[in-house]
Amino acid sequence: MSMSNPLLALRGVNLSFAGNTVLDNVDFSVGRGVIASLIGPNGAGKTSLFNCITGFYKPQSGSIKVDDQELLGLKPHRVTQAGIARTFQNVRLFQQMTVLENVMSGSHCRSKAGAIAAILGLPSQRREEADIRAHAIECLAFVGIADEMDRDATNLAYGHQRRVEIARALATRPKLLLLDEPAAGLNAGEKADLLTLIGRIRDELGISVLLIEHDTGMVMKISERITVLDHGVVIAEGAPKEVQANPKVIEAYLGQEDGEDLL
Amino acid sequence: MAQTRSNLFNNLIAQFDTPWKRCAAFAVILALLLVAPISLGPYATVILTNALLYVVLALGLNVVVGYAGLLDLGYAAFFAVGAYTVGILTHTFGFNFWLTLPVAVGAAVVIGTPTLRLRSDYLAIVTLGFGEIVRFTARNLDITGGASGISGIQQPWLFGWHINTPFEFYYVFVVLAVIAVIVSVRLQHSRLGRAWLYVRHDEDAAEAMGIDTVRVKLAAYVIGAIFGSIGGAFFAVNLGAISPESFSFQQSVLILMAVILGGMGKIPGVILGAFIVVLAPELLRDMGEFRLLLFAVGLLLVMLFRPSGIWPARGK
Repeated sequence: MSMSNPLLALRGVNLSFAGNTVLDNVDFSVGRGVIASLIGPNGAGKTSLFNCITGFYKPQSGSIKVDDQELLGLKPHRVTQAGIARTFQNVRLFQQMTVLENVMSGSHCRSKAGAIAAILGLPSQRREEADIRAHAIECLAFVGIADEMDRDATNLAYGHQRRVEIARALATRPKLLLLDEPAAGLNAGEKADLLTLIGRIRDELGISVLLIEHDTGMVMKISERITVLDHGVVIAEGAPKEVQANPKVIEAYLGQEDGEDLL
Repeated sequence: MAQTRSNLFNNLIAQFDTPWKRCAAFAVILALLLVAPISLGPYATVILTNALLYVVLALGLNVVVGYAGLLDLGYAAFFAVGAYTVGILTHTFGFNFWLTLPVAVGAAVVIGTPTLRLRSDYLAIVTLGFGEIVRFTARNLDITGGASGISGIQQPWLFGWHINTPFEFYYVFVVLAVIAVIVSVRLQHSRLGRAWLYVRHDEDAAEAMGIDTVRVKLAAYVIGAIFGSIGGAFFAVNLGAISPESFSFQQSVLILMAVILGGMGKIPGVILGAFIVVLAPELLRDMGEFRLLLFAVGLLLVMLFRPSGIWPARGK
C-alpha cells in the first residue's frame, strides 16, 4: 500500500449548506487495493462526503483527486467515467426494468454507439450491444444472481436488490467502489455473504472499496483502514485496533443518544 | 366487465410473444394498409393519410415524452417549422423539395433546443410557450404569408414521378410511417434507448452510472424535432397550403393524446393511439354535435380503466 500516491485523495474539503458546516477541512485518502471504511455517528457527514466525491455535491473549497485527476467540479457522470462507482443508501434501481437492463446501465460510460449507428444497425453497434450484455451477465454472475437476470429488478428480495446495485456499479469498471451502508436491512446470513463478496471484489477484481457502515462488528472485521467522522471533522484514522482504542472515538459514540456501541 | 374485457385484450396481445409472430402481424397490417385505398375509396384514403401522418408525429413525440419523460406541450411547433421551411423555400424561392428537407430538420433543431435548458415542470410550460410563439410568429411575418399562410406549394417529383394525387401521397405516408416505426424500434433497443429509460426512472442513479443525462435528453429532443419537422414538410406538400391555424395548441395536445392514450413508450400502443385520435372523430361524424363530447367521454373512460394506456405493459 503506497501512502505516497493514494488512489483517492481529499485535501481540505469544506462543504456547507446555508451557513451550516457539513464537512470541515476534511483530509482523507484511500490507498490502492484497500478495503476502507468511513464511520461516525448519525449526521456526521459520511453520505455528504460520498456525494462530494461523486460530484452530487459541490464543496466550497478543497481538492478531490483520483489517480491525480481532479474531480472537484466534475458532474457525477464524469466522476464515474474517471473510475469511481457508487451504490445508494436506499437502493435505487431503475423501476419497471429487468435486472439485466439495470446492470447494462453501468456499461453506458464505457461504450459509444449513438443514434445513427443504432438506426442503421451498424455491425460495430451490434457488436457493442452484445459486449454490453455479456459484461452485464458477467457482473451478475460475479455477485451470484445471474439466474434472476430477466426478472423485474424491483420484484427481487431486498438482499438481491442490493446485489443488483453492486453488480450495476461493477459494470462501470471502476477503480474504486463506494458502498453506502451496503448491509442495512440485511439479515445475519446475508451480511456474511456480503462480507465475502466485498473481499472478492478487492481480491479477484482488484477494485478498492470504501464503505460507510453502521454495523461496527462488520466494519472491524473487513476494513484495513477506518476513518472516523464526527460533526464533519475527521477525528481519527488508522487500523481498526487503533481506532477502537482512540478516546475521541469512544467519546463521540458514547455521546450519542441512541448509544451505538463500538464493540 | 371492464376487467374481463381488458384481460381478453391482454390475452390477444400475449399471442404475439415471439419476434416471428410479431413480424407476421406487422406484415398483415402493412398488407391491409396497402390495399385500403383501393377498397375504401378517396375520402377514406385522405383520412388514413392523416392517420399515418399522426403515426409519424406521435412516434416522434413518444421519443421525447414516452422514452425520455420530458413533457412537451408544444410539439406542433416542430411540425410547423418543418412545414413553413418547406413552404417558403419551395414556393417563394423555388428550391427542390428534397433539398429543403435537411434545412427543415436543421431549423427545427436549432429553434427547439434552447427550450431544453430547463427542468421538468418548467420545460412543460416553456414548450407550451414555444408552440404559441412559433404560431404567432408565422401569423405576423410577411414571409410566412401572415394569417392566410402559404398556398400553391408545389408537389414534389421523385425520379421523374410527380407525387400529386391523394393516392400517391397515401403511399408516401405509408413509407414514412414504416420508417418511423423501424427507427423507433431500433432506438428503443439501443444503448441510447435504454439511457432514456434510465434517465426517466431515476436521473440521479443514471448520472451515478456514468450517463450524461443532459446530453441524453437533448438527443431525445432532437430526434423528436426531426420526426416532427419531416412530418410537417410532407404535410405541407400534401395539402399544398398551410396556415398558422394548422399548428395550434390543440394540435400539440392531440399528438400528445395519441401517445398517452396508446401507452407512453410502447410503439404499437402509440400507433394505435394515433389511429384513434384521427379515426374516432370521423367514425362519430353521424353524431353531429355530440361527436366531440362522445370522444371526450371515451378518452376519460380509457384513462380511468387503463391509466398507463390502452396497450398492455410488457410481460415479465
